[in-house]
Amino acid sequence: MSDWIDIAALSDVPVRGARVVKTRAGCVAVFRTAADAVFALDNACPHKAGPLAEGIVHGAAVTCPLHNWVISLETGHVQGPDEGQVATYPARVEAGRILLDASRLRAERAA
Amino acid sequence: MTQNIIVIGAGMATGRALEHLFEAGADVNVTLFNAEPRGNYNRIMLSPVLAGDKSYEEIVTHDADWYAANGVTCRFGERVASIDRTAKTVTAQNGDVLPYDKLILGTGSNPFMIPLPGHDLEGVIAYRDLEDTERMMALGVGNKVVVIGGGLLGLEAAAGMAARGVDVTVVHIMGHLMERQLDEAAGYLLRKALVDKGIAVMCQANSKEILGADGHVRALLLDDGTELPCDLLVMAVGIRPNVALAADAGLAVGRGIHVDDQMVTSDADILAVGECVEHDGALFGLVAPLYDQAKVAAQTILGEDAAFVQKELSTKLKVTGCDLFSAGDFADGEGREDIVFRDPGRGVYRRLVIENNVVIGTVMYGDTADSNWFFGLIRERTDISEMRETLIFGPAYQGGAPLDPLAAVAALPRDAEICGCNGICKGAIVDAIEGGASDLGAVRSVTKASGSCGTCTGLVEQVLAVTLGDAFVMPTAQPICGCCDLSHEDVRRMIKSQELKSMAAVWQECAWKTVDGCHVCRPALNYYLIADWPLEYLDDPQSRFINERKHANIQKDGTFSVVPRMWGGITTPDELRAIADAADKFNVPTVKVTGGQRIDLLGVKGEDLPAIWADLNAAGMVSGHAYSKGLRTVKTCVGTDHCRFGTQDSTGLGIKLEKALWGAWTPHKLKLGVSGCPRNCAEATCKDIGVICVDSGFQIGIGGAAGMDVREVERLIDVETEEETIAVIKAMSQLYRENAKYLDRIYKWMNKVGLEWIRERISDPEERAALVARFDLSQTVYQKDPWAEHAKKRAESFQPVANLTLEAAE
Ligand code: SRM
Ligand SMILES: Cc1cc2nc3c(=O)[nH]c(=O)nc-3n(C[C@H](O)[C@H](O)[C@H](O)COP(=O)(O)OP(=O)(O)OC[C@H]3O[C@@H](n4cnc5c(N)ncnc54)[C@H](O)[C@@H]3O)c2cc1C
Ligand code: SF4
Ligand code: FES
Repeated sequence: MSDWIDIAALSDVPVRGARVVKTRAGCVAVFRTAADAVFALDNACPHKAGPLAEGIVHGAAVTCPLHNWVISLETGHVQGPDEGQVATYPARVEAGRILLDASRLRAERAA
Repeated sequence: MTQNIIVIGAGMATGRALEHLFEAGADVNVTLFNAEPRGNYNRIMLSPVLAGDKSYEEIVTHDADWYAANGVTCRFGERVASIDRTAKTVTAQNGDVLPYDKLILGTGSNPFMIPLPGHDLEGVIAYRDLEDTERMMALGVGNKVVVIGGGLLGLEAAAGMAARGVDVTVVHIMGHLMERQLDEAAGYLLRKALVDKGIAVMCQANSKEILGADGHVRALLLDDGTELPCDLLVMAVGIRPNVALAADAGLAVGRGIHVDDQMVTSDADILAVGECVEHDGALFGLVAPLYDQAKVAAQTILGEDAAFVQKELSTKLKVTGCDLFSAGDFADGEGREDIVFRDPGRGVYRRLVIENNVVIGTVMYGDTADSNWFFGLIRERTDISEMRETLIFGPAYQGGAPLDPLAAVAALPRDAEICGCNGICKGAIVDAIEGGASDLGAVRSVTKASGSCGTCTGLVEQVLAVTLGDAFVMPTAQPICGCCDLSHEDVRRMIKSQELKSMAAVWQECAWKTVDGCHVCRPALNYYLIADWPLEYLDDPQSRFINERKHANIQKDGTFSVVPRMWGGITTPDELRAIADAADKFNVPTVKVTGGQRIDLLGVKGEDLPAIWADLNAAGMVSGHAYSKGLRTVKTCVGTDHCRFGTQDSTGLGIKLEKALWGAWTPHKLKLGVSGCPRNCAEATCKDIGVICVDSGFQIGIGGAAGMDVREVERLIDVETEEETIAVIKAMSQLYRENAKYLDRIYKWMNKVGLEWIRERISDPEERAALVARFDLSQTVYQKDPWAEHAKKRAESFQPVANLTLEAAE
């Protein structure tokens, strides 16, 4: 069962940018694309745990700030020659607010 | 038995509903109220009326004969004051009470007026009805109008008045026009077309107050202090469903009047259609769904089964010469991909958003001939996997037309300057080629193009390729990245010669293949735009690497290092105390003296940055830009003040240089050194720009480095005074800023354009002065301490946006 919780206003996250949500099990990065889609991923690059929220967002991908791995915001998969995957969490926008699925956040991060 | 029907509002929706009723031969007796003093007309055609393409008479949909033939009792210019649902009567404005069997509400919506101070002044209007239109039509040459709102209505109003010679300015709060229907690229093309029509367009502009004189509007004041004088101010910022009457009657109302799939309100005898309704959470602002609603409402009254279904919508703009189309959902999202096509020559932009092999959205500009075909694919949810490769070209090109990598250059007008050094335009090059110059060398000797610094070589070759076709074999130039076919140098020339002043403009005019670039091209473009258009372009932090976005160096563990400036390597006990206090207060694990004569606080948490900056600021220190492609340090030695060999005040000159240059963005980092004598204790000869003081003055060298390549500077010029040294170095920095490729340090760039070319520019007094002037101008914008700005205005953004660790445990 999903349990959508209100995180912040969409406008709190810059277009083509990200902000971090603190959870008990670490930080989740909430991204906003040029077209106002939002995505939530663990804020740790599969390479060496680079903080993805600090990367450059382009299309529906983010480039890690430490060594430029490109990660799909949709699937969490690393693109191109590198390999790896980051956990993703359901996120959506409703009436200008960003909602995350708290049950998934808890479940995945406890596992 | 004849049903007694009262209709409130003679709008586009109710007009259509009545047509359906009469066409079906319904046994009804209709009374039609309308607050406007006229019957049904085609409201959307007010724009062509305003533009002078149509007359009001031509847009009337139902005339007196039609009402008479269908026995409609018309009560135009009369508002319904109230509804009594128990008695099933309505009360007209004049007190008449009329009974109904069925009531149809079609009260439309009210334009939203931003409650700015002065919004009630005479001359502040909306754009909704014929009266508004007539107010605008009364204006002409010599009048000034401000339109607030760069959406569909605002732009149609602006274009209509501009066609009458009115001086129109559109003020829009968002970054691009029609942002709800268009993406940035299409918004850019639209803006360009409107500007060509003489309309001034201001985006990201915040209105603050409407100024008046004698009760009449006089100007709009923006929050940056700009005053826009106007005789009329049109607010077109949105609409709100007109629900007052329904709410007073106790009907269920949310944002609009609640209706079910049969268009029946919470009262079984009252139906509602049009912009006043809310169906399944949605509101409506375009006629297509209203017509569907009208049909369903008529069928419901006739006792037939019918249900209103929401469908995909599409938007067009009724402004001549602005061909745009948008439909469906074009936000990127899970599993979605984009297909982008840009033809800078024809000003065409097309984007399709695809999900699971189905087109779910599209934005088009310039050539919308195929829009209906694409809209069909969206509505039918057609599987496009078979035609994916050629889909973007539309139905006629299912054979496939390859993208032309030279389109951007082919599209340049004859007067586009290709060679900046010698002022050679495309036309002159084309003429030379047509006159027989068939290779680069020949073009160079005939026109001089690319004969100086050589950075336009790529463009000249492309003009050769475009003009000669297959007869010319293009040498392969390295494009910036996979998003485009042009090299850094070509894009820089395009930005200058085509006056491209926004990222979206570059993407479109240089035929970018992606929607919004990538981490390779975006920082480069952001830099080029800053360097070439310091006043017009607005820095985009989201296109910067994290260090420049957060003004600190990211560390391998995600913390940051903080380096305050120490002008010329000079510090004071107070500064040192403040640094020590900050290090204690923020638990800085490492304090290190850098190779650049200053102190690095390493391991500061991202959240603490604004606070530590504020403390350092309070002690008079500013950002050292240790993270930037910009001025880093000016290393100095002790010079005449203390050293027995010193010939000049090297420390003092270093400080002056650092104070003149700090804050400037450059293609790569820029390091300076000033040594007091040729013993060179400041290592000035391995800096990007180095000064060696001698008895007779100052020897300025450029192109040193001591990183992956170790290079000694080459002597640029010798001068006699400190003032001249500073002028030469400013001019030198500006020349580098304006011409080098992003991420080329001076020595790399110098290898391309030649020291001689640089020396000629800097030695020429006029060129030097002009370069200094442009450098100083840019510094008026960029010489600001980013730490202070961030600590004051953006401290919030360094904190987590939410903290779920505080959530109560389950
Ligand atoms: C802090 C410092 C080392 C130190 O502890 O002394 C330093 C630290 C870094 N240097 Fe450096 N460089 C520092 C002086 C130098 C010097 C010496 C100098 O400036 O006199 C050099 C050689 C001189 C030169 O630049 O030519 C130097 C040559 C480099 C290079 C190679 C540049 C090149 O063109 O080859 C890089 C890589 C780059 O910039 O792309 C680099 C990049 C870096 C980065 C920014 C790497 C990065 O991208 O994260 C390091 C950041 C560490 C951090 O987190 O703070 N650093 N670096 C010095 C800061 C000086 C300052 O006060 O601003
Ligand atoms: C300039 C302009 C251009 C547009 N262009 C387009 C376009 O290109 N494409 C598109 O799809 N849409 C366009 N629209 C939107 C479209 O016109 C509206 O969606 C449509 O007119 C709404 O129809 P409606 O019947 O709900 O309301 P309306 O057409 O607004 O009719 C409502 C009527 O009810 C009357 N009324 C309200 N309260 C009372 C009362 N208490 N008693 C009696 N009468 C009352 C009002 O006076 C009004 O005449 C445009 C709108 C404007 C203003
Ligand atoms: S030398 Fe290498 S490791 Fe040392 S600071 Fe410079 S970049 Fe980092
Ligand atoms: S940590 Fe992300 S690329 Fe290395």
